[in-house]
Amino acid sequence: MAEDRIRVVLAKLGLDGHDRGIKVVARMLRDAGMEVIYLGLRQTADTIVAAAEQEDADVIGLSMHNAGHLTLAPAMLGALRAADLDIPLVVGGIVPDDDAAGLEEAGVAAVLGPGATAEEVVATIRRVVRGE
Amino acid sequence: MSNDDSSHADPSPADRARERWQAAYDRSARRDVPFETMSGVPVEPVYGDAPYPGQYPFTRGLHAGGYRSRLWTMRMFAGFGTAEDTNLRFKELLRAGGTGLSTAFDMPTLMGRDSDSPWALGEVGRAGVAVDTLADMEDLFAGIDLGGVSTSMTINGPAATLLAMYVAVGENHGVARVELAGTIQNDILKEYQAQKEYIYPPRPSMRIITDMVRFTTAEMPKWHPVSISGYHIREAGSTAAQELAFTLANGFAYVEAAIAAGQDVDEFGRRLSFFFNSHVDFFEEIGKFRAARRIWARWMKERYGATDERATMCRFHTQTAGVSLTAQQPEVNIARVATQALAAALGGTQSLHTDSFDEALALPSEKAARIALRTQQVVAHETGVANVADPLGGAPYVEWMTDEMERRAEAIFEHLDEMGDGSILEGVYAGIDNGYFVGEIADSAYRFEREVNSGRRIVVGVNAFTDGNDDSEPNLLRIDQATEDYQRKRLDGVKHRRDQERVGAALARIAADAAEPATNLMPAIIDAVKAHATEEEVADAMREVFGTYVEKAIV
Repeated sequence: MAEDRIRVVLAKLGLDGHDRGIKVVARMLRDAGMEVIYLGLRQTADTIVAAAEQEDADVIGLSMHNAGHLTLAPAMLGALRAADLDIPLVVGGIVPDDDAAGLEEAGVAAVLGPGATAEEVVATIRRVVRGE
Repeated sequence: MSNDDSSHADPSPADRARERWQAAYDRSARRDVPFETMSGVPVEPVYGDAPYPGQYPFTRGLHAGGYRSRLWTMRMFAGFGTAEDTNLRFKELLRAGGTGLSTAFDMPTLMGRDSDSPWALGEVGRAGVAVDTLADMEDLFAGIDLGGVSTSMTINGPAATLLAMYVAVGENHGVARVELAGTIQNDILKEYQAQKEYIYPPRPSMRIITDMVRFTTAEMPKWHPVSISGYHIREAGSTAAQELAFTLANGFAYVEAAIAAGQDVDEFGRRLSFFFNSHVDFFEEIGKFRAARRIWARWMKERYGATDERATMCRFHTQTAGVSLTAQQPEVNIARVATQALAAALGGTQSLHTDSFDEALALPSEKAARIALRTQQVVAHETGVANVADPLGGAPYVEWMTDEMERRAEAIFEHLDEMGDGSILEGVYAGIDNGYFVGEIADSAYRFEREVNSGRRIVVGVNAFTDGNDDSEPNLLRIDQATEDYQRKRLDGVKHRRDQERVGAALARIAADAAEPATNLMPAIIDAVKAHATEEEVADAMREVFGTYVEKAIV
């Protein structure tokens, strides 16, 4: 069973310090049986890529509350591509609907907006990792 | 027995309290409005027993006349894009009847980074206004009479630099330091606990704050050098009692630090102010506000020896709870904000920011910000709650809730006092270091989330009454990438025009003064910003000496 546990790397990219949401999500995913590696605040795309590689992550989750998602999420996708890593990226936080569509087109696997419930968060992670 | 005659002649303590209240009330200012109900029934300025509003320990409010003398200040927090953009919003808010300015800075500014830093990518002007140099600060306050408004600046890590810039803008406008009125948040302790916008480790940060307290005490008598803020602690997930206790404990910590630095508790105690959250549980919030005043007054007098009553008064600003706003059916947030604003008024706040209904989705649009201001104008001018001071005082449930909030806070103070071996300051440092605060806050946040997810706690539009959730989003404020590009060009221009030698010398002086604990850093920082040193350059000069703070990632 252990090898089936989904490994999630969670991080705050950039200067944004709002970490209530990501900490709650970390506990939700843990309660759902996933392995959660929370990198903490003030990560860069490079530190996240390195951690995802080292931790053999199945999925990366970023939380954004400062309206920087249209710049930061593509930067993260670019860093993953440059490192030749095929790990799905999920973005959560304050992301308006219009932006969510654009981010998904750009290659973000899923966007979890401010109204997402615990069930949606867990189901979304399972879906992007396993296609469930 | 021999005193019988004189004791008959003396009024009772209750009568004396009433007389003192009456005298204070008669001396106080009066708004020119009828103090009667909408049906024409005249109402008294206060009901109930001693201690009255304006009397120690101020549970019932700081002023004998409550809001009869003066309404709370309607202080709307604003900031986005470039300094020019925010300047226009400021002028709009002043025209709409706002009476104080409150500045939100963008993330790079809050973290001591310039707009051209790699860290600033995607964040310039997004969640507040970008300020890199004095030139931006000049634009921010262009055409605004700094001698006539009070300005609040929400900034902590680099607060000394922004205060220095404000002083410099004042000088350029011909407004002397003694005339500048306002507040700078400058509450670094809650950054390590909740908001996470720190630069240096706690102890050197505390030294900078002590320098600012000294500077403003000597030169800026109308300035509040620290606004001790529970708002962010609550937003990060704490309970009401934790917000109350952590905030006041941080206040005690600043008091202990200032006393240790040789400051007079009566002198600086008068100019401390607080900032609380007004959340959605109506009576719990009112009890919290009333308890805050009582606890602060008692501790300042009994533990820290304040003798000037003004130094024992807990003055506070309130903001409605951003975290209570829902992305679902966002217009419903207007109702939440209205009840929270009412709780703040009934709790006796000195100033109030009401959140905009669209803030779960984006920064407030102009229309949403105007509705938010209108909401507090309805509370102030239509509901009649401002006619009577502490109108809920004496109600059994309200008094019980006030006592209960106090009991819960006292239990937390006891724990911190133990962790600090008899010093709250050391207890707070220890709690930052050992993860006590972040752990307690995260536990409370998770408990709340589980209650909502299980349906035990109803949040309208989230887990109940969801018809209408599919309506399209309201028009949101957008900050485009052009802002970032524009601001970088602007910064580049300032860097090219300035006298580099003067900047270098000013920065070297900051580093040298930082290494001398007895030297006040403010004069060197003022000098540097006048030379158009950037915010990040000033921060770097101190990073060299103080180091930086990195939080352990704990879930």
